[in-house]
Amino acid sequence: MRVWLALLALVALTGARDPILVPEVSQHEVDLQQGFTGTELLLFGAVLTPEGSRAAQDYDIVVVLKGPTQSIVLREKQKVAGVWINAASTELRSAPSYYAIASSRPIADIVDDKTAAIYELGLKWLQLSPIGAIDPDEQARFSSGLVDLNRRIGLYREEEGGVTVKEQVLYQARIELPSRVPTGIYTAETFAISKGRVVASASSQVEVRKLGIERAIANFAEDYGFAYGLLAVFVSVAMGWLAGRLFALI
Amino acid sequence: MDVYLPIANLSVNGLIIVALGALTGVLSGMFGVGGGFLTTPLMIFYGIPPTVAAASAASQVTGASVSGVFAHTRRGGVDYQMGAVMVAGGIMGTGLGSLLFNLLEQLGQIDTVINILYVVLLGSIGGLMAKESIQSIRAERTGIPIAARKRRHHPMVASLPMRWRFYRSGLYISPLAPLLLGIGTGILTMLMGIGGGFVLVPAMLYILGMSANVVVGTSLFQILFVTMATTMMHALTTHAVDIVLASLLLLGSVSGAQVGAQFAQKASPVKLRLILAVIVLLVAGRMALGLGYRPDEIYTVAPL
Repeated sequence: MRVWLALLALVALTGARDPILVPEVSQHEVDLQQGFTGTELLLFGAVLTPEGSRAAQDYDIVVVLKGPTQSIVLREKQKVAGVWINAASTELRSAPSYYAIASSRPIADIVDDKTAAIYELGLKWLQLSPIGAIDPDEQARFSSGLVDLNRRIGLYREEEGGVTVKEQVLYQARIELPSRVPTGIYTAETFAISKGRVVASASSQVEVRKLGIERAIANFAEDYGFAYGLLAVFVSVAMGWLAGRLFALI
Repeated sequence: MDVYLPIANLSVNGLIIVALGALTGVLSGMFGVGGGFLTTPLMIFYGIPPTVAAASAASQVTGASVSGVFAHTRRGGVDYQMGAVMVAGGIMGTGLGSLLFNLLEQLGQIDTVINILYVVLLGSIGGLMAKESIQSIRAERTGIPIAARKRRHHPMVASLPMRWRFYRSGLYISPLAPLLLGIGTGILTMLMGIGGGFVLVPAMLYILGMSANVVVGTSLFQILFVTMATTMMHALTTHAVDIVLASLLLLGSVSGAQVGAQFAQKASPVKLRLILAVIVLLVAGRMALGLGYRPDEIYTVAPL
């Protein structure tokens, strides 16, 4: 009896007619190496009814690609005695190193603010976890500063209308990764939204990593600082010396 | 030509970096300054993270100085004894600079301090050099020689205890003076990612009173070893030396340094000094404006 009740509750909670999302990412590994100048990820998939047929209604699709979060200090410059200096700062424990969102329609038209905040749909709703007590106005100023900064260098993106849905089944979104993407495990989340409610979600992972000589150099610099320093000194002296010899011959 | 920089974590146009290196190399060979005072700000302007820019510029200055030191050695323009004393001071200065760097970074004031240092140092030294070279040029034109300086070195230098003979520099002074000078430039190298040549050369001329034909060579000699120490210090503490970036810069700067050194022998030293003074003053002016203008980025991010 209890099992039946539990099952019933499950069905009632998830909604029997909620669709199934079958998401896929064009590549699960992004390799940072010579020649990498940024890339474009294709996030695509299908929305189906539980029976596996075409969903007979329109869903809004929202795709979020998020990089690993970092603890950062965000500093703000203010004019003090005629000079611009870092005058205020805040510490954020979970600032995403990369965040891109694409949706089939503007987020504000798809969900209400509360849902958007819960699912972190949009740059406005990033959970940055500030450390210490800070008043909301100041916090809002800092977050919009961070968002603005990262948007301009291409690490935060918001593309309303970036998702196209075909025949109520297939959806796709292109998300750009600039050359300065940080490494780490990224999560690609897809949400199917109907009447302001998230009815299905699915996520997959993308690994951004350095490969080959680039990885070797980065690891070498991090793990063997002394030897790496010697190598850097050797390279610079050798190149200077070589140039000196070559020009002496001329 | 796109090149991915493994430490800076971004890709850049390699040719631009090589050209930047060449520009500083020419300055280095011509004037005996490291040229870091131009590379570091230009790299930051190009979008390279400031720490990586400062750390990698140091190794680029090393390369440019090696070929410069060779070029000046060939014509006997290096006082090794004086150089050694200043190197010792420089290495001490690098250590002190590293401590100061960490402290300022924690306070979040490193950028402002660096900018103010640039303005004050470049402004005062540029002004001094410009004044002097204009006086000499005027004296040449009118044929009236300027009155010879009475004291060759600063009175404070003469009051220091213990005296050594520096034959090539034509000096009999206390080694403490060049040692302190070395410490000062070592701190600047670590903080600003510069060789310190633009401070060193006038200080050697006007404070120590070294004979002019060994000033450039000896300052390059000191810069060579101090920037090596700086690179090591960065590799050990900040891990921000990007060897790919440094190699690209080096490619340009070592060739530039040779060209610059050849040029320096042909051009008149007074005019060279005036040109350097103008460049230095321009950079200082730009920096001073930068302090007062609203910066492009109000917000900056640093890892916690």
